[in-house]
Amino acid sequence: MTDDDKFLIKIDGADYEASPGELIIEACDKAGVHVPRFCYHPRMKPVGMCRMCLVEVSGPRGMSLQPSCYMPVQPDMEIVTESDKVKKAQDGVLEFLLINHPLDCPVCDKGGECPLQDQTLTYGPGESRFVEAKRHWAKPIALSELILLDRERCIQCARCTRFAEEVAGDPMIDFMARGDSTEVNIFDDNKFTSYFSGNTVQICPVGALTATPYRFASRPWDLEQAESTCVGCATGCRMVIQSSQDKLIRYLGIDSDPVNQSWLCDKGRFGYLANYAESRVVTPQVDHQEVSWKVAVDHVARAIKEALATTGPESIGIIGGSRLPNEDAYAWSKLARSVFGTNNVDAQLGDGLDPEVIVGLPKATIDETCASPLVVLVGPDIKEESPILFLRLKGAIDRGTTRVLEISPNPTSMTKYSAMSLFHRPGEAHLVVNSLVTPGPTKAGSGAGLPVGGVELADIDRARALIEDSPGVVFVLGRASMADSAQIVTQCASKVRENLPGARFLTVVRRANTHGALDCGLSPNLLPGRMTIDDARGYYEGHWGQVAQGPGMSTGEMLARAAAGSMAVLILLGADPVSDFPSRSLAKKALESGALVVSVTSHLDESAKLAGVILPTTTFGEKGGTTTNFEGRVSSLSRKVTGPGQAFDDWTVAVLLAKELGGDLGFSSQQDISEEMERVVPLYSNLKPHIWTSLAQSDGVVIPLYGDRVVPRWFDPIATPGIASLVHHPLRPGTGVDKESDPVRGESLPQVPARVEFSEVSRELSIPTLDAYSLRLMAPKVLYDRGVLTEPLSGVERPGSVLRVNHYDLDRIGAMSGDRVRVVSSAGAHEAQVEVDDSISKGTALVAFNVPRSEGQVLAGDLIGYGELVTDVRLEAL
Amino acid sequence: MGGFTPDNLVKAKEIIGLYPKARSALIPLCHLAQSQDGWLTPEAIVEIADLLDLAPAEVKGTASFYDMLHTEPVGRYLVGVCTNIACMLGGAYELLEHCEDRLGIRCGQTTKDGKFTLEETECMAGCDGPPCVTVNYRYFLGLDNQGIDQLVDDLEAGRLDNEIPPHGTVYRNSRNVGLTASPTQEPQAGGKSSQIAQPTPTKRGAK
Repeated sequence: MTDDDKFLIKIDGADYEASPGELIIEACDKAGVHVPRFCYHPRMKPVGMCRMCLVEVSGPRGMSLQPSCYMPVQPDMEIVTESDKVKKAQDGVLEFLLINHPLDCPVCDKGGECPLQDQTLTYGPGESRFVEAKRHWAKPIALSELILLDRERCIQCARCTRFAEEVAGDPMIDFMARGDSTEVNIFDDNKFTSYFSGNTVQICPVGALTATPYRFASRPWDLEQAESTCVGCATGCRMVIQSSQDKLIRYLGIDSDPVNQSWLCDKGRFGYLANYAESRVVTPQVDHQEVSWKVAVDHVARAIKEALATTGPESIGIIGGSRLPNEDAYAWSKLARSVFGTNNVDAQLGDGLDPEVIVGLPKATIDETCASPLVVLVGPDIKEESPILFLRLKGAIDRGTTRVLEISPNPTSMTKYSAMSLFHRPGEAHLVVNSLVTPGPTKAGSGAGLPVGGVELADIDRARALIEDSPGVVFVLGRASMADSAQIVTQCASKVRENLPGARFLTVVRRANTHGALDCGLSPNLLPGRMTIDDARGYYEGHWGQVAQGPGMSTGEMLARAAAGSMAVLILLGADPVSDFPSRSLAKKALESGALVVSVTSHLDESAKLAGVILPTTTFGEKGGTTTNFEGRVSSLSRKVTGPGQAFDDWTVAVLLAKELGGDLGFSSQQDISEEMERVVPLYSNLKPHIWTSLAQSDGVVIPLYGDRVVPRWFDPIATPGIASLVHHPLRPGTGVDKESDPVRGESLPQVPARVEFSEVSRELSIPTLDAYSLRLMAPKVLYDRGVLTEPLSGVERPGSVLRVNHYDLDRIGAMSGDRVRVVSSAGAHEAQVEVDDSISKGTALVAFNVPRSEGQVLAGDLIGYGELVTDVRLEAL
Repeated sequence: MGGFTPDNLVKAKEIIGLYPKARSALIPLCHLAQSQDGWLTPEAIVEIADLLDLAPAEVKGTASFYDMLHTEPVGRYLVGVCTNIACMLGGAYELLEHCEDRLGIRCGQTTKDGKFTLEETECMAGCDGPPCVTVNYRYFLGLDNQGIDQLVDDLEAGRLDNEIPPHGTVYRNSRNVGLTASPTQEPQAGGKSSQIAQPTPTKRGAK
């Protein structure tokens, strides 16, 4: 749209500029004129339900009352928001809304932050003429284990039902009946089990919808709040964390335009429950005996000294770090390289992607992905991996700006919305991608071609046409299954880079700060700032003193070496390889091999139970710093409450260990670390303290940063009640990044080594052919798994660890749905429970990764071997 | 009871075929399900949702909006007594009370034998002969207490079976005029008269 399209309108006598299609209420918001509203929400389509936003509008028949949330502006329109007529309308609407609304504000959770309460006070008539009895309902009813509904408080604004249908695509709640018996409800026992159900509580303009964990937990005026970034997954949703009496009470999503646009998934929203889980560790332990920090750190330091003296620095390894803030990850990286003298650090647990794929490909942000005419999804069900990216993409598809081509082994949540889905044999995505992007004709026309990776050539041709017709394409890459190697995704990226140089990538990884940890050098071959050891060793020796030589070992290699008995010390940095490393048997064997296992963790996870030393750390909400999402966007974390017991921040543990080993990292606060990062790491240059502090009030910035502007955020207290802020920023366009000057790549700093770029792999993978008796294993991750962080979220539906196969394959072995069978893979033989699921392709067996197991079920990790490209299993009837 | 019978499933798919958007068939399918079971069973709601790619909550939401679609079981005869102004002046409340006594149930309830459901209705457009009583939407105007007793006796004895089919029966679902699913099929003029709803039987009381 050009400026020429804009025209003038009059609001309360003053002239303002407006654009065609803009709603009157939006124009008023921009002009700073507040129009009261209930049903209107800036992130949803208008519905004109509540009539609260009536204003006087000029029209062909003079001034008339119109709902400002439903009517677009017209050139020369005159809008009056404060006349007697408008006031009378507002009085009337509020009097009507309050006919049935109970006056139980003193016991209502919303009281104090309630748009109905606030707007009644501001715009209401003060008194009601109605004396009849109000509606009464059973209260509350449970829409799900998490969401409660007090129907008599409902004012029928349809925010929740519209959210469920329009935004989340889970229309499990709807209006029932009519007239004065209208109610929001579910159908029978079909609970409101949407991953996004908590958002309905946040946008409810009255106290009708409440969340079980917050019900009667606090009063709004007792809550303190700070802006932070969710670390439930790697999307990096902005939210406020609220606490009372040093205890986390509630999280609310912030309307961060480039990221989560005010929504959160339930895993993130109720993530604070994990801080108070029983599995929390609060005291250092040596051999499961509680000791002091001094004794524990001495114990670790002694073991490291001994290892350095006898088996050398290569026998020390650090696994994990992607749950740490950037600053803490940097401190640990520096500790490993310069004090331990080892490059054996890996933030990923063999369940992620090749570091070069994550940091080295030309990136697309979430906004750019959703603006791309074509998005090719290669890999996981993104609703499970990044629920909010799913919402953003679904929104883009619904608006018609984006089409999705899905390449996946099985139907996913995205299938319904995709322009086309190609379902391939697990582990053969790269063959499909190759045939899609390689120029030249396919053999489909002749009818002689064999399917590629299980996909018919005719379908490949149709998909190729989609890509060829599209002026731009973004590839969203991730791991579809833990049973396939990450090399398959690397191969996909390689084929695309080779043939579609203009394509950009968004790599979806699981753990929150994987990108940041890699950026900070927690990777065997990368130093901080996305630079390889070979390129940047000299540079960092200039800053750090010494840096170990040669590439280190990845998590898999470290575990394999530990299992062989030649690792002396394994430090688990907020990592649980027994649960998260694809091959559970190898991880267990490695931790039980006799090496000293040091678990630096906030929770007693499965690996910590096997550890010799446990060092308790703070977790989300208890530590500050910054985190980096999968776009490469750095945003702030807030320390809102103090850590329990003797829990330390992770960077403190690094400093303590360094001191015991006679080194000095030079840090006495997290601020010291971020200042050093800004000074030393070219990637973080310009991320100066003033930006860093303003990050705490913004959407974060994608690094590398070429400017220093951070855009203030629009905030609507009615759209998101409960966020205590009086700031009403006008919305300004722009990303906050000034791309004109690039001091990092520019001529001014020639001595800085180049950042790593993804290089194409020439070696073709040879995926073993699936023999007629075997099934290929799929082990996708799911949102609600067995992780310690999701465990306290009781009442959500979790998939069981059931092996699901097509009925065709089950018939072949003569077993029935629900039977126990024997599953044989290269990792061993196990008993498993099978179920028929015909959405799963023939020749495939699916079991969700790391989910709760009941008696007789098999864990996916037990079936996956180490170092294999794919996992094939055989089923035998018992 | 589990969703549509095989015959009705075929019919349901035909009905869906009449509309450019499947969702438009929602209300006709609710009628079809109600004509099968007398009310909308949860199983039928789930099946309709599946057929139209909707959520069951959306189907229930629509069905519960309409008074003539029942999401709770009703008897074979749905007896409605209008209590709007003309009928009220014609003694509708007294008549309703008498109905309650005669049937042994309160308004909104169903008799134990599953034969009668009694409800109070809004205006049914029988204001020319109040009070207006309907049985499965067949009009009985101007009945007094004796008239009601007689009507209930007749219904119980099956003397009105030809005039009043069980609740839910909707002839329109089996129509063979108007829109057809396939354009090749010749639309027949008229149609079998036995399948078209007869003009409603009206009995005028001697009041």
